Amino acid sequence: MESLSCDDLGTRAVNHRLHALTDGERVQVLHPRGRHNLAVGISRQIAVTIDGNAGYFVGGLCGSSDGSGPDIVVNGFVGWSVAENLMGGSVRVRGSASQSAGSSARGGTIVIEGDASLRAGISLKGAKLAIGGDAGAMSGFMAQSGVILIGGNAGHGLGDSLYEAVIYVAGSIASLGSDAVIEEIGDEDLRAVKELVGESGFDHIDATRVTKVVSARQLYHFSTHNHGAY
Amino acid sequence: MTSDAFDQQTNQSFPPDVIARIHQMADSGQYPIRGLGARRKVPTFDDLVFLTASVSRYPLEGYRERCETRTVLGSRHATRPITLEIPITIAGMSFGALSATAKEALGRAATAVGTSTTTGDGGMTPEERKASSLLVYQVLPSRYGFDPADLRQADAVEIVVGQGAKPGGGGMLLGQKVNARVAAMRTLPPGIDQRSASRHPDWVGPDDLRIKIEELREATEWAVPIYVKVGATRVDHDVKLAVAAGADVVVVDGMQGGTAATQDVFIEHAGIPTLPAVRMAAEALEEIGMRGEVQLVVSGGIRSGADVAKALALGADAVSMGVAALLALGCNRDSYLAANGEMINVVADYRALSTSAGHCAHCHTGRCPVGITTQDPELESRLDVARASESVANFLRATTMEVTALARACGKSDVHHLEPEDLAALTVEAAAMAKVPLAGTNWIPGWPH
Repeated sequence: MESLSCDDLGTRAVNHRLHALTDGERVQVLHPRGRHNLAVGISRQIAVTIDGNAGYFVGGLCGSSDGSGPDIVVNGFVGWSVAENLMGGSVRVRGSASQSAGSSARGGTIVIEGDASLRAGISLKGAKLAIGGDAGAMSGFMAQSGVILIGGNAGHGLGDSLYEAVIYVAGSIASLGSDAVIEEIGDEDLRAVKELVGESGFDHIDATRVTKVVSARQLYHFSTHNHGAY
Repeated sequence: MTSDAFDQQTNQSFPPDVIARIHQMADSGQYPIRGLGARRKVPTFDDLVFLTASVSRYPLEGYRERCETRTVLGSRHATRPITLEIPITIAGMSFGALSATAKEALGRAATAVGTSTTTGDGGMTPEERKASSLLVYQVLPSRYGFDPADLRQADAVEIVVGQGAKPGGGGMLLGQKVNARVAAMRTLPPGIDQRSASRHPDWVGPDDLRIKIEELREATEWAVPIYVKVGATRVDHDVKLAVAAGADVVVVDGMQGGTAATQDVFIEHAGIPTLPAVRMAAEALEEIGMRGEVQLVVSGGIRSGADVAKALALGADAVSMGVAALLALGCNRDSYLAANGEMINVVADYRALSTSAGHCAHCHTGRCPVGITTQDPELESRLDVARASESVANFLRATTMEVTALARACGKSDVHHLEPEDLAALTVEAAAMAKVPLAGTNWIPGWPH
């Protein structure tokens, strides 16, 4: 497996090399030391392991609209907006993630094995986001499509202004955001949660005991009668 | 004063338009939402005049001596800066707000005159990419339809922080315009009143913006210019922060800038006019020693060659047109040319919207009588792409010639050589805002500090 050391290479050189790899190739990025913008803009189906903590936007703008893309693993913690606008492939974080994990991601799977900070899954547009631990306040804010699975507890304002994304929470919910409601889970939900539990490896989640949060769809059309909800 | 005249006095606090607005809100329970830009009177470029050549300056021959209009944007970091043949670009307007045919027509027109056009809040359509030889891809807070594959085929990237019509506010697309194609591109249910985000989901503040810009550069191999667009409010701070964050180009959009739909209260009461904004932005670049290295694009109510020339004289490298380009497409015309060559009168369609040609700002309704701001197939078919694109190209060429006419008369062989010294103001307000002398005096209000 090829190794790229951040001690020897700048971010531009690392990403340039990653962009040049072809489908099926594997590469290890060593000594990231929290560097921002590692492994961004990769469209090919390569395997990237980042061996340490990474900064903002790791795995951002990756993948293609057909759902294909790289499989990226970060053996450490990550900064803001991991896997933002992911189109396909996967990003797995062995540690915890800072704010806006998976923001606007349109496809693929994002797995945070630890906790995710504020606004996880903000503006989500079709991707699957699985968080093993807790998720911070305002997670799922304005999420349009896709699935968010929270293995621990959810903070305040969960699912505020949701559109059609669905949130499942194994632990407690501090509070729901505007226009978010709890709905009974059905067979389709069970299947979706079990599939994501299997994909993420989060065996601590009992799919039959999650709480499902969806949009009440009361704010889909403007009305000044809703002025207190905004 | 007669008794009648006394009784008919207009109340200056509650004139008829204010009374009508209150009645409308009381009847409907809704605040006004509309398209286009500010209607209120604000100081504009019309309040400036050129001090063209005489004894102390000599002019260039009109229609003889060359006056350069070529404009390069993005030379700071990009390995492929954009070269425009004219200093006028087409502003970002979304597919969704505009029909796909209108977007295509704008792209064709821009290509014909060698300038760029810009995507909008609905992502990049294949028609638009194909029609536009130079296409600027916007990164908006909503990220509707944002696709890294489209990013890689863009000629420049514009991070939209704000818009002159609604700085601090997100866009709107009312349900009647959210058809199946628009909804699919935006990953939203058809028919909902769509509320674009006002803040980016993945970063906040100037330090984050620096990292965001680096991310976009990494994803595009540092090839294309990165613009940062702001609505004109705290222009001095915003321009300096955008430059510090690494922008190649700063776009400043004044309050007269248009929109497809937003709250009237935003359009009329947020932001500052383009006139002071351009001078503030140019001075901010000057102060940090970045004039020439970072280019300034100004937009917001630019309508004519005179406006363009004055913006350039005050420090812009280029201007961007939105509403004017739509008008050139046929917006607010009372008829359209049908495929059989017949002119079809649409006065009744305007009347059905409670407006008339020349006053229409009903873009938000999706019922555009001339097929520009609509997603209705029948209405959209009213816009003939070839004819409309030629109209816009005509307008851009004629406007550019107005710019060069003024530049030559000021003795400039390049439109970018126009300078504040070439201008005088007709009002005290304009003199203070543009920081040029009141005509007939050497007085610039507020100067020296």
